[in-house]
Formats: sequence, structure tokens, C-alpha cells
Amino acid sequence: MSAEVVQAIIFYFLAAMLVVSCAIVVFSYSIVNACFALLFTLLAVAGFYALLGADFLAVTQVVVYVGGILVLLLFGILLTSPLPVILGVATRRTYYLAVAAGAAVFALLVIIVRAFWAGQPAPAEQQSSLEALGTLLLGKYLFPFEFASLTLLAALIGAAYLVRRNDH
Amino acid sequence: MFPITLTHYLVAGAFLFAMGIVACIARRNAVGILIGIELILNAANVNLVAFARYWNNLDGEVFAIVVIILAACEAAVALAIIINLFRGFGTVEVDYASKLKE
Repeated sequence: MSAEVVQAIIFYFLAAMLVVSCAIVVFSYSIVNACFALLFTLLAVAGFYALLGADFLAVTQVVVYVGGILVLLLFGILLTSPLPVILGVATRRTYYLAVAAGAAVFALLVIIVRAFWAGQPAPAEQQSSLEALGTLLLGKYLFPFEFASLTLLAALIGAAYLVRRNDH
Repeated sequence: MFPITLTHYLVAGAFLFAMGIVACIARRNAVGILIGIELILNAANVNLVAFARYWNNLDGEVFAIVVIILAACEAAVALAIIINLFRGFGTVEVDYASKLKE
């Protein structure tokens, strides 16, 4: 088997995982099930990154999304849901409208993508992007990088301030 | 089918984006809406990284890292707001949280 075929098999496996887990995330009645299905969606996206040669981003995706944001979401559900987890979806009409809107957006995007970037082939095999990425982050993009970290600090302090208990 | 081209990744990103939109509209739980927003941000990231690879330009990956950082900020602040919402209204169903202040 050539590398291309192997790549295609991995891609379609990840795409199937993405579609199934995404459907559970969106249509599952229980928010907890949706949250656990989100784990597999995020892992599939990390797989795409790895397949695209973005090794650093694949690891970041797993660490930040799965290790951070997903756990945060589960804590959010834990702290806000009364025992039987009822919830989830709106009235039947809103629901159908939402699905119709999603289908329309997807169709439109596919038409645009096929019109502009139909079948562009991959450039020659590239090396790990890690070194070049580090140079970019601490060179050309130093200011946006530092600014993003400052934003993160401010957001975390703000979040801690928002949930403080004011007893008095 | 199989040389995997740029189009394949863009269609996968479009699917993620559409599913995020559906989650945002159909879910009534604030955490569910937050999950929808995470899906949308991931869709943007898939597109950025795919373009970075196929156009041999790493700027897209830097952009994707910034998006991940901002997604973390957004999740932290949004969950703080949701917990406050729960304290104020006793529920996180957004339909019931329609008052600004009593």
C-alpha cells in the first residue's frame, strides 16, 4: 500500500468518527452524553491535525481541549444540573428549523469549497513544523502571542471574580 | 476519492461548523450552547491548519494556536457566567433566563 492510500484510510476513519460523535453531541437528549461524545469529536480533530503535519497543534488540541475545556464543561454540568438531567432540546418546530438551517449552511459551504478549491493536491512531504512554528511564535508573531497570554490571564482572573461568593 | 485533497478537509470543517450552528440553535441548555460554540471554533481551526499545510505557509497554524487560547478564555468566562445564571435563576435553560435584573 502506498502512503497515499494509508493516508486516505486514516482520513476516512477519522471523518466517520467525527460524523458519528458530532451527531451524538448535537442530537443526544442528555447533555452529559453530548459532553462525552465531544471527547471523540475533539480527538478526531486532533487526528486531522496530525494527518496535516501539524504535530504541535495535535498535542495542544488534546491537552487544552480534552484536558482543560472538556473537564471544565463537565464541572459546569455538575454544578448546574439538578439531578435528573432533563434538557436539551427546544420545541419540535425550533428543532426542525435548526436542522434545516444547519443543512443549508453545510450545503452552501460545500458548494463554495468545491467552486474555489476543488481537488488541490498536497505539496511535497514536509518536515515537522515544530521548529519553524517556534521561530514564528517568538519572532514575527511575538506580540499577538504575548497579547493572547495576557488575555488568558485577564479572562481567568475575571472568571474567578465572577463566581466568588459574596456573603455580605 | 483518494489522494486526500484540501477539499476533503474543508468539507469536514464545513460539517463541524454546520453541526455547531445546529447545536447553538437547538440546545436550550447554556452548557449545550457553549459546546456548539466549541464545535464552531474547531471548524475554523481545521480550515486554518488545512490551508497552512496545502499552501505551505505556517501563519495559519499560529492563528490556530491563538484560536485555541481564546477558546480556553471563552470557556472559562462562559462557565463563570453560567454558574452565576444558575445561582440567580435556579436553572441554566436559556429560555427561562430572560430577565436582565429584578
